[in-house]
Amino acid sequence: MFASLTSKDKWQRYLKSLKFALYCISHPLDGFWDLTHEKRGTYAAANTILIVSLIIRIMKLRFTSFIFIQVYWEELNILTYIASIVLPLLLFVVGNWALTTLFDGKGRLGQVYMATCYAITPYPLIQLPLMIFSNFVTVDEAEFYSAMSLISLIWIAFIAIMGMSQVHEYSFGKNILFLVATLFAMLVMVFILMLFFSMVSQGVAYFISVGKELLYRM
Amino acid sequence: MKKVISRIGTAAILALVLMCSSKSSYALDRSYTYNYDYWGDVQNTPDFYSPAKVFTSTELNLDKRLLSPQGIYVYNDSVYIMDTGNNRIIELKRTSKESLVVERIIESFNGDIDNKKFSGPTDMAISEAGNYFIADKGNGRILKLDKDLNFLMTFDIPKDSSIGDDVSFQPSKIVVDTAERVYCVAVGINKGLVKYEADGTFAGFVGATPVVFDFKQYIWKKFATQEQLTQMESFVPTEYDNAYIDYEGFIYACTANVKEEDLKAGKTDPVRKLNLLGNDILVRNGVFYKGDFPVYGDIYMGSGGGYSGPSLLTDITCFDNDVYTVLDKNRGRLFSYDDQGRLMFVCGGAGNMDGYFRNPIGLDHMGYDLFVLDQLDCSITVFTLTEFGELVYTAMKQFNKGEYKQSGETWQKVIEADGNYDLAYIGVGRALLREKKYKEAMDYFELKYDDENYSKAYKQYRKVWVEEHIVIIVIVILALFLVPMTIGKIKSLKFQIASSDAFKF
Repeated sequence: MFASLTSKDKWQRYLKSLKFALYCISHPLDGFWDLTHEKRGTYAAANTILIVSLIIRIMKLRFTSFIFIQVYWEELNILTYIASIVLPLLLFVVGNWALTTLFDGKGRLGQVYMATCYAITPYPLIQLPLMIFSNFVTVDEAEFYSAMSLISLIWIAFIAIMGMSQVHEYSFGKNILFLVATLFAMLVMVFILMLFFSMVSQGVAYFISVGKELLYRM
Repeated sequence: MKKVISRIGTAAILALVLMCSSKSSYALDRSYTYNYDYWGDVQNTPDFYSPAKVFTSTELNLDKRLLSPQGIYVYNDSVYIMDTGNNRIIELKRTSKESLVVERIIESFNGDIDNKKFSGPTDMAISEAGNYFIADKGNGRILKLDKDLNFLMTFDIPKDSSIGDDVSFQPSKIVVDTAERVYCVAVGINKGLVKYEADGTFAGFVGATPVVFDFKQYIWKKFATQEQLTQMESFVPTEYDNAYIDYEGFIYACTANVKEEDLKAGKTDPVRKLNLLGNDILVRNGVFYKGDFPVYGDIYMGSGGGYSGPSLLTDITCFDNDVYTVLDKNRGRLFSYDDQGRLMFVCGGAGNMDGYFRNPIGLDHMGYDLFVLDQLDCSITVFTLTEFGELVYTAMKQFNKGEYKQSGETWQKVIEADGNYDLAYIGVGRALLREKKYKEAMDYFELKYDDENYSKAYKQYRKVWVEEHIVIIVIVILALFLVPMTIGKIKSLKFQIASSDAFKF
């Protein structure tokens, strides 16, 4: 791994692929086609975008003006906060891949992940300046902040839809259909996960109670 | 082996018990006086008021014990207790801070009217001219007497088409304004306060609570049969429970007819401040993590100690510094709010100790002292300000008089006494804001999440900053434009020179 960091070639390829994210968000159709088919994207860049987004989201808690975000620090758990973003993302990636692979989707699991990560590029790009900007406004000017924040989310949704259609080589209608189906797949997965965890915890609780019973009898 | 396992087991159980016990003892730790912070968490505060003395029939040396008293009225240094069960009114004089002496017992009055006795009087008021107005509930009339108890006139059932002939008029609470107009809360009349002109003519209803519209119920009614409809609750405005007229002539009205879900959805306002037109002008500007701070007593309505549901506000009174206090008959608590609708303190509770109530019904004030009447205990509790309460009131008074520096210093003392008192931080901030110390004011507002005041301070701070640094700002902006332009110009010049034929030799 460290060898790849020192290798100048790989480093340059990484930077180039990171820079390509900017092309993707401004030219989604062309960009996402090249991302997978021309191999212009890298996992390293995708991971970078995801981690930077997460860091910015956590930084927002502390550095956004209290006019916009009030944090009840006593009840904040940073791990669940991170999980609340990463888990839906992973569910989406897995659910989307699992469905589309059955219906002529050309994208592989890694490619879906890469495209999704590239699609959230607008988040750090807009939220970081917005975070700094928020400290220089009054309540009356708060509308601008919420409008910009909304724009970043709409932008992400838009290019994510575009990206999926390019990765899977789907037509527009089929793409929308499978995105909706993905949402259902996510729900199903959440349901099964919950079932699994509750069963495991009940199984563990069973053995604990058996152990307790034994202790009392001894 | 067996011993080891059992030892581990006991240790584990012990640890579990310790964990549980430490948690529960932490949750139950609530002082006599408390307040809610920005997050709705209960913050214990030093006592704002302390019960100076509790007066019962014995302490007052009454010939007959008080019987289910319904009302209390304070006029100058006289306290009037409506001894409703004994059909009389007891006038007490406050001779010193901790003593009330019976001045006279009013059982009847003189004048040209058949029935010269009261029947279950529930409230009274004294006008500026010194005339007595008495809600004689059992006789269905409001009496106007002069100060020597000579009969002047009565106010009878309002002549309105909405009130049927079979309805009996039961005035329970009255207030009188400076022009001797009478506003009355009557049992069964939900159109607001009944208003009479000074000459006794009925002048309409004032300040009906707006009807809560429920779309779900509307749909239900479309499909319900006649029998179902009769069983349903109808959309009617709620009755007021009590009213108080403040020194400016605004009427504070409160109602205990509230439902938990309506309160939480912000559909009903149990406390209202009515102007002459009957519109609610109560300010609700308190800072709270979801919207404005609710003016309905306790935020948490869960059951505990045998009490559940929302605070039932049964009486209200307002000081001359616009701080109003409401009385919750459900949990026996007093809630005090300032003119911006921010909670000042909560105190009291249900119980038999001094400062706790069993069934409080009436509230009034003399100066800044509070009088609470308990109808079950038949007692009057006199509350006097503590040092802490006096500090807060002083700080507010100084701010209103324009002594911002002193006000800030007094609020600073409040912070020293109670570091969890949000109003003190905002008070210091507001004082600093008036002294044009914007940066410091912003820090105080940010601590307590007061975004409105923070924005006010920040706006000024930003303006001053820009004015001070205008030269640098202009230079930076010019530089931002000029530097790339010059670079571009130089580059194109270089290119022209390089590619020009004139320089080719």
